[in-house]
Amino acid sequence: MSALRGISLRVEEGESVAVLGANGAGKTTTLRAISGTVKRSGRIAFAGQSIARRSPEAVARAGIAHVPEGRGTLTDLTVGENLRLGAYTRRDRASVREDEQRVLGYFPRLGERRHQRAGTLSGGEQQMLALARALMLRPRLLLLDEPSLGLAPLVVAEIFRIVGELNEREGLAVLVVEQNAVLALDASTRAYVLEVGRVAVEGESARLREDEAVRRSYLGY
Amino acid sequence: MILAFDWTQLAQQVVIGLASGGVWATLAVALVLIYRSTGVINFAQGEMAMFSTFIAWSLVDHGMSYWTAFFLTVAISFAGGVAVERAVIRPVERAPVLTVVIVTLGLFFVVNGAARWIWSPETRSLPNAFSTRPIDVGGVAFSISDLGTVAVSLAAVALLWLFFRFTKLGLASRAAAVNPDASRLVGVRVTWMLALGWGLAAAMGAVSGMLTAPALASFDQNLMQPVLLYAFAGAVLGGIDSPLGAVVGSLLLGVLLNLIGTYVDWVGTDLRLPVALAVILGVLLVRPAGLFGRPLEARV
Repeated sequence: MSALRGISLRVEEGESVAVLGANGAGKTTTLRAISGTVKRSGRIAFAGQSIARRSPEAVARAGIAHVPEGRGTLTDLTVGENLRLGAYTRRDRASVREDEQRVLGYFPRLGERRHQRAGTLSGGEQQMLALARALMLRPRLLLLDEPSLGLAPLVVAEIFRIVGELNEREGLAVLVVEQNAVLALDASTRAYVLEVGRVAVEGESARLREDEAVRRSYLGY
Repeated sequence: MILAFDWTQLAQQVVIGLASGGVWATLAVALVLIYRSTGVINFAQGEMAMFSTFIAWSLVDHGMSYWTAFFLTVAISFAGGVAVERAVIRPVERAPVLTVVIVTLGLFFVVNGAARWIWSPETRSLPNAFSTRPIDVGGVAFSISDLGTVAVSLAAVALLWLFFRFTKLGLASRAAAVNPDASRLVGVRVTWMLALGWGLAAAMGAVSGMLTAPALASFDQNLMQPVLLYAFAGAVLGGIDSPLGAVVGSLLLGVLLNLIGTYVDWVGTDLRLPVALAVILGVLLVRPAGLFGRPLEARV
């Protein structure tokens, strides 16, 4: 069984792109196909190189950070260890330490909880930790899977604000999968709407937001 | 009888117990290491340790000193453990737990058979690792050999702990054992971490075997079978998923069994194995998570 059939999407350098769609449309699978955590076929290229046959480890090393569904918190490790692990592939110790300070600047609460086991964090803090850990890889592309899931609106807003800042200030390309269409369209420049494994609609986020037909048939608001 | 209680003897017996417990602890830590990453008890861990001990025997037989052979064997065993993981565990990495258990049982017989084939099944002996003279501590005579055994076992365990706690590779292998999927996403090569774990476990087993053999007048290919059982009992007592638990559990068991053997006449040395089995059974019935382990139902 395949969850995706002939979908085609692209993220330009420094762009912020959203993937929308109902449950089971193939949003998560799209991200997992890119990061290699699911079996896939077809062409997947990153920075001019094919990554379609690479293992998840190799995709991460190429500069793609995937914040998975459920956040992938390493609950037994401390917050600090989670961050150190994020920089596992990097050899430049000095700049890793710099990055840790920079990342903790975005998430001051993580700094306070540095020696705490990650499993003791709240859901929102774990989502922030997942994001912070992904940033420690110094990625060129960030894959975000349902960052709003199960979190309070205020926390969600905070997370999207930080992602937007990273995108604008640091030129980090973002591909975000969301069920919350309003949120995702606000945070992205372009968007794809998936429907049972295909791209049903694509276009500028601003345009999709205004389009009555798209709104009614795919976004449900 | 209470009035005439011999405190000197008690102290001596405790140290003797710690010495056997320390040896079991190194093997118990190996079991825990594999259990945490693969989810199974490696039934071949003892046989692999036996094989390492025979390698050490060969090196000594060719004129090497005990301690040179010791460190060389640890290195060889590490490489051997990595090779075993690549060759026989890797193919069943995603198979159900029962399959992996059967594979380790198969490995038990293969390693045992290989050792019998390479080294003819006659008894042999290793020289003493330490001086056999007693040493006087606070008016009580202890054997240097027992104290040295405790020291070497605990040093091996401590080194392993330092590795896991303070190195990047150690951090990555801890992460890979508990959460392989998330570890892959940050670039950790999870299957190599498993191999690393097998290598370290084999190296710990080698230490255990090489400390066990010299204490015996002679040994053969069945050398490590009782040790595996004691180590298992120690690990279960401490909590099978806790390395610290494995060490504390094994030391406790070592002291406990030795004291029971000394002060309860009808147990003596013959009934030590059944008592160890009773400990396993008792812990599993009363407190399955052991002293330091996490409750089983919390694991997914």
